[in-house]
This record gives sequence, structure tokens and C-alpha cells, in this order.
Amino acid sequence: MTRTHISATVNGDPVEFLSDAGATLLDALRDELGLTGSKEGCGSGDCGACSVIVDGRLVCSCLMLAAEAEGRRIETIEGMADGSVLHPLQRKFLEHAALQCGFCTPGLLVAAKALLDANPDPTESETRYWLAGNLCRCTGYDKVIRAVMDAAAELRQVRV
Amino acid sequence: MSDFLDRSEATLDLKVVGTRPVRPDGADKVTGRATFGADFAMPGMLVGKIKRSPHAHAAIVSIDTRKARALAGVKAVVTAADFPDLASEAYEAGEGAANLRDLSLNCMARGKALYDGHAVAAVAATSSVIADAALDMIEVTYEVLAHVIDVEDAMAPDAPLLHAHLFTEGLEAKPDKPSNIAQRNRLTRGDLEAGFAMADVVLEARYTTAAVHQGYIEPHACVAAFGADGQCQVWSSSQGQFMVRTYCAKLLGLESSDIRVTPAEIGGGFGGKTTVYLEPVALALSRLAGAPVKMVMSREEVFRATGPTSGAVIEVKLGARADGTLVAADVVLKYQAGAFPGSPVGAGSMTALACYDVPNFRVTGFDVVTNSPKVAAYRAPGAPIAAFGIESAIDELALKLGMDPLALRMKNAVRDGVKAAYGPTFRNIGYVETLEAIQNHPHYTAPLEPGQGRGVAVGFWFNIGGESTAAVNVGEDGTAVVVTGNPDIGGSRAAMAMMAAEVLGLPIEKVRPIVADTAAIGFSMLTGGSRTTFATGMAVTQAAQKIVVDLKRRAAQIWEVGADQVDWIDGAAVCLDASKTHPDLTLAALAARSARTGGPIGAQVSLTAQGAGPGFAAHICDVEVDRETGHVTILRYTAAQDVGRAIHPAYVEGQIQGGVAQGIGWALNEEYIFDRDGRMENAGFLDYRMPVASDLPMIEPILIEVANPRHPFGAKGVGEAPIVPPLAAVANAVRAAIGVRMTGLPLSPPKIRAAIDAR
Repeated sequence: MTRTHISATVNGDPVEFLSDAGATLLDALRDELGLTGSKEGCGSGDCGACSVIVDGRLVCSCLMLAAEAEGRRIETIEGMADGSVLHPLQRKFLEHAALQCGFCTPGLLVAAKALLDANPDPTESETRYWLAGNLCRCTGYDKVIRAVMDAAAELRQVRV
Repeated sequence: MSDFLDRSEATLDLKVVGTRPVRPDGADKVTGRATFGADFAMPGMLVGKIKRSPHAHAAIVSIDTRKARALAGVKAVVTAADFPDLASEAYEAGEGAANLRDLSLNCMARGKALYDGHAVAAVAATSSVIADAALDMIEVTYEVLAHVIDVEDAMAPDAPLLHAHLFTEGLEAKPDKPSNIAQRNRLTRGDLEAGFAMADVVLEARYTTAAVHQGYIEPHACVAAFGADGQCQVWSSSQGQFMVRTYCAKLLGLESSDIRVTPAEIGGGFGGKTTVYLEPVALALSRLAGAPVKMVMSREEVFRATGPTSGAVIEVKLGARADGTLVAADVVLKYQAGAFPGSPVGAGSMTALACYDVPNFRVTGFDVVTNSPKVAAYRAPGAPIAAFGIESAIDELALKLGMDPLALRMKNAVRDGVKAAYGPTFRNIGYVETLEAIQNHPHYTAPLEPGQGRGVAVGFWFNIGGESTAAVNVGEDGTAVVVTGNPDIGGSRAAMAMMAAEVLGLPIEKVRPIVADTAAIGFSMLTGGSRTTFATGMAVTQAAQKIVVDLKRRAAQIWEVGADQVDWIDGAAVCLDASKTHPDLTLAALAARSARTGGPIGAQVSLTAQGAGPGFAAHICDVEVDRETGHVTILRYTAAQDVGRAIHPAYVEGQIQGGVAQGIGWALNEEYIFDRDGRMENAGFLDYRMPVASDLPMIEPILIEVANPRHPFGAKGVGEAPIVPPLAAVANAVRAAIGVRMTGLPLSPPKIRAAIDAR
């Protein structure tokens, strides 16, 4: 079976990999690039655990072919912290105990970052609808929503 | 137990327990570094996949694997012939017994496929594509049999039989014919007939629930490596590495000591990862292939082949005096077990009336096999189903009596000294306090708009203790590592570290907890039954206490005073001998001198924890029903629970909020839907609709702390009770909103529309 050579940018770094025709971006991230922070919970775009940002847009990496990543700029959970300094969203998730098992957490964080990139001052309702594509079975979302809104407030302070 | 306990209880002067530190495994989990089941890889690893039955019930006439074996890149193919044909044997496994033969047959069908998705063969290949191709080349000849999934259909005398040799247990005499009823259990007290004769009001009702899945977001996953010398390693996501070790050993005929199981981070379990599906198969494949084998389920496989909990029928008859005093209760519970016996109807029966002081009752439970996946434990197994029936009926009874539903519950509430319906006498329970908390909460009397309704319901879970091991080791700089054998699903590492830090007098940052593999720490029962903070926490606390005793001895040796002249305060030895003027010796100072005072500082404790305090929960739910569409919106939710003492309150709140959310899903949306041929029609998250963020409001937890005297810090298990009340709390709120009692879950829009239209 022939494999396609792909060049892309992941978390600011140039990457190259070979892709099977049917492989998803999630497969490539996890199996070819060793970036296992993005998770497969369903493989059908329903759980959001594989959320990544491609050229500024939030996508389920299980719904995008790896071959489509050619020339794209991809952000994953592994690129969210600045070295060992956590992003405010990551820090607020910890402070608010917004994770239990932690499996959906990378996807939730990436989706929340995409929200705050687009809307720095979301209402609770806007936050809930934006994150409706990210299933969490442990928390009941309460502390997740609080953490995202608290992070948004802190980021607004920084911007001022 | 120790002077430490006495002091903490006397003054409540706790420095770490009860605070909200950042969890020690948190950074890895927000940066994507935590290694879950599917994240682990080994050099030379093969991909394992399972071929599953497309039929709900079929005899397996033949399996021809020759073509698959011949395919380039295929390294192993296994069927039931590659596993020992085990005798039927009950094995006590923590939250209930497992039958080893059934467990083996559930991992790999032998002779008969009993549900759509039942494993019939497995392959290991050099790539996923080749493994898929090999599965297609395995030729299975089936003889399709009539199937039965509905619990009452399965109980009918002419129902298709799943197991020719299944005779109902628990009857006065062994029946002369096999049936699908594996067991009938019964709890009785008093004189039922006399009880109902005393009643001024009698209520009879019938309720149903659908099978629902635990819905953890992480599919089952493992890597298994069978060594050439017979020594095996398994890395897997489960609720207990020792459980995985035991089951793999039993199912493959191996010695436990030849299997080392390393727990991956677990992406949710809720009871569904208290058993094995993949690990024995992966080991069998690895043995044949001579290479490590990785297996990861798809979401569809998770739905079709792993544990949902039972769909059920609950029949309730309640008798009460005009003043609301319950005098009699007759309850019948019929639970689907799935393909093999073992529904949670026993726990359902024991919990059904646990909140009520009823003098005369009979609870009858039926465990019924059906052509659906074998049920697995799901958060307070059996209890939410029974509570849906009882709490709906109590609500109806309150309406009949013209009583406030909380007042009716308060009037019949169990208290300390009352003999529980399931046997023991309650001590140190916080049920009445929990009821009072919601009665006094502003939510209970907040005004409602037209079309809105408010419901209340209560719930109970036993919580368990059991066997645990913990080690605490102090480093040369006076920091400590806590080693346990319980996978951390919801923040238990934090609780373990906090309890050790409290006893040692260290700040939480100086105590690091790890979850060790089966070769590195002594046995612990799995993480389940809300036991980890209670039982393993007790082992951690006792290990830390042993270290404190040892540290005092070391300080006494250095100071040349009696050990009784040394106290341990805020992480340092303090000399009580007024004639001496020794400066305090901190843990770090003592650790630096350990070589001269007896060697490394550390302790391990193995114990069987007794005295788990039961959990009681009382919930208020407000809903709004859209009469046009039948859609229910949850407007507000308040959940009070007796938690003993919250070690890490934020994670206790999280347990309550998460349990409520799952219960709301169970009430409103979730169900297994089968087609006419018994195939699951909604085996994906799009069609099996779990609550998403926009479906829910904030969920307000109220922590009631009635300390459990059997735990060093007063903890009770907290994870399970919160899923018990929501099913009925939602249904009772819908009843209040639309004036119609909905008796069948889920309360989906079409059903509600039909009920409104029929009125």
C-alpha cells in the first residue's frame, strides 16, 4: 500500500510523516508523531476528545484525513503550555478540580482555548453551547464551565 | 487506634484534610502527558482485533480460520479452543462474585454466541489494516436461534433459552425445567398481609427502566506481552490491576506471580472496568505470536460488547396510615443480566427500602439472562433502578395522602438504631441531616413558573471496605512517597497524599502518591464500591502512623529520653522532657540521620477495612417541559449527601455533580435500542445521547459531614450514592410539571408528548 508524504506544522514545529490513505489526522498525531495527548473516544466526531486547532479552526482530528494536513498549521494539547508554564486554562482546570479521570480534558482544553480565542468574554450559556461537542462523563461539567469562565476573566485582565 | 486519631477528633485541627490542593497528577492530565490505556506502545507490537457475532443468539457450527492465518502479516488467530474450558466456579471479586466460566465465555464465545457483538475469534497482525482484513477472512458458520432481550419476555415459560442448564436458584425447591431466571432472591420482614390490612392508603404501580451504559469516554485498551519464559506483562486501563492479574491467571491457567499488570491511567470506569474483556485475549494472542499485542476497542465495540447495566421492571405496592406512616411494602424487581447471570438485582433488593423504616415488607428480585451484553457494575449497581420505582411510588403516595413529599420521607426516615431493611443496624448515619439540608435550602421553596415542576428523591448506597495495601516511604530529605494499588479514577491520589501529609505533618507538596503495578505493592481490591478513600486511605493513614511511632522512637534515641517523652507535632519530634532543651527534630532532620537510628524510614500496611459508613443522598430537581415537543430542560439541581468527612471537598463535590449528570442522562435520554433481530441500533455517541454541557445547569452540592468513627478522618464513600436519586427526582419533577406520571425511562420527548396528548 502506498503511503503519502505529508509536511505540516504542529505546535510551531515543522513535521513530516507518511500516511496511509485512510488514516485520520488523529492517527497521524498519535501513531506517527507520538503525540498521544489527543484521545480517541469515539472515532465519529461525537465526543471531542480528539479536538485540535487547524489553521485557527477547532476540528475533531478523527474526522480529518491525515493527508489533508499537508501545509496546515496544527495546534494540539501538547503545545498549549509555554514550556513548563501552564496556560491559564490549564491552571484553572487544576484549581477548580475540573477534571476527574482526565481523559476528555485535553479535548476540552483545546476546545475552550478555541472559544476564548474567538470570544474572550463568553456567557455561561455560550460556554456550555461551545463545549457541547466535548463529552465529559465524570464531572457533570459544573467545574469545567467555572474553570473556563474563570480563565476567561483572568485572560481579560491580562489583555487590559 | 492511636493518640493521633484522638487528638484530631478532639480538636478538628486538620491542616491538610479538608483543603483543596491541586491534585498531584494534575499537570500530566492537563498537558496531555498522562498515559492512558491506548497511549502505551512497545517495540515490535502487533495489533489485536476481535471478530464479533452479528447475531443476538446463534449456535456456532464452525469457525474456519485457515484463510486468515495464511494472510501475510497475520501472526496469530485464536478462538475459544485456545482457552481452557473452565468449570463453573464462583470467584469472590470485590463488588460481587464472578463466575470464571462465564467470564471466559464472555471474553470468547464457545459453541454459542449469546448477543450481538459477542467475541467469537481474534487476530494479531502487523498492522490494523491487515488485522481487519484477517477478521473478514475468518469464516464462521452460525445457526441463528430465536433471541429474547426484554426481561419479562425472557421470564416467560416459552422463552428461548440462553443456557440449557440454567435452573433458577433461590426457590424453595429446584425447578424441574431450566429457564432464563438465574436466581430469585427475597428479603422479608414482619407480616405483609397484616401490614397492608393496617393501611389507610395503598398504592400500586409498575415502572420500567432501559439498559444504559456507563459511558466512560476511554474505550477499553491494553497491551499484553507473553514472554518466552512464560512471564507476562500487561498494561491496561482498568479499575484494578490485581483484578486483571487474577482474571488473566484464572482464564489462561497461569500463575498470578507470572503476570505483572501495570495500571494505565483510567479514562473513566463507573464500574464498567471492574472486569476483563481484552486482556486474556491479548495474552493468548501474544503467546501464539511471540510478540506484544495491543488491543483497543472502538466505541461501537464498547457499546455492543461491554457492560451496560440492566433494563428492568419494578413493581411496587406501598401501604400507609393516613398520617403517612408506612406500614407495608411489597416490591418486585426484574433485572436483565445480559448473556450470563449476575445482574445487580441483589443490591437493588437490599437498597430498595434502605431509606425507610417499614415494619412489614417483602422484596423479591429476579436475575434474568437475556440476549444482550453481560451487564457490568455501574455506579451503585442496581440501586438507581430500584430507587426509581420506590421514589416514584413514594411521590405518588404523598400526592394521595396530600402530604409534602419531603415530610413523608422524613416521617419514615431511618435513623441511628433502626435495623436496615437489608439487615444491619444503622449507626452514625446522616440521613435525616441530609433531608433537613434540602428542606431548609432556598431551592426547596423557590417560586416556579407555569410549565415548570419540582421533584425530590432520596438514595442510599452501602459503600464497602475490604482488602487494601499501602506503603509510605520517606526520602533522605524528609519528603514522602505514598504507594498504593488502586487506580485513580477521580482524584484518589490526592486524597491518599493528603491523609499521609496530615499524619506526617508535611505540606501536601512534599508527599507524592503513586499507583504501583502488581509486583511493586501488596494486594488491593479494585477501585469500586466507593472503597478507595475509605479502605486504602485507612491503610495509608496507618502506614503513616507507624512511621510517626518510629520517628518518635528515633528522636528518643537521639535525645536519650524515653519514647513517651517525645510527641510529634507539625512534622517534627518535640521533646516533652522539661529537663532537656533539645530543639525539635523535623522529619527532614530525622531522615538525614536514618542510617544511625535504624535504617530507611518507611512502613507498609495491609488490612481488611471494616466499618464503611453508608451514604445517603437527597436531591431536588426543577424542570421545564416544552409541551409542544416533549423536551425536558433541567433548570436547577441541588444534591445533599452525607459524606462523613470530605478529605478533598472539591473532588467530593465532583463525585456528586458527576453522579447527578449520569442520573439525568439515565432519566431523560439514554437507552439501548435493539432492532427486530436483536442488534443494537444506537452503538455510538450520536444516537446514544449522553448529557452534554448545554443540557445541564450548574449542580449545587451540599456536603453533610456526619463523621464515620471507623475511619481515621471520618470518611465515608461518596462516589455512588449521588446517582441513586436523580432518576426519580427528574421523573417526579416532570410529574409536577405536566400532571402526568411517567413510569418508563427514559423520559424521551415522544413519550412525554404521548403522555400529555393522552391525558
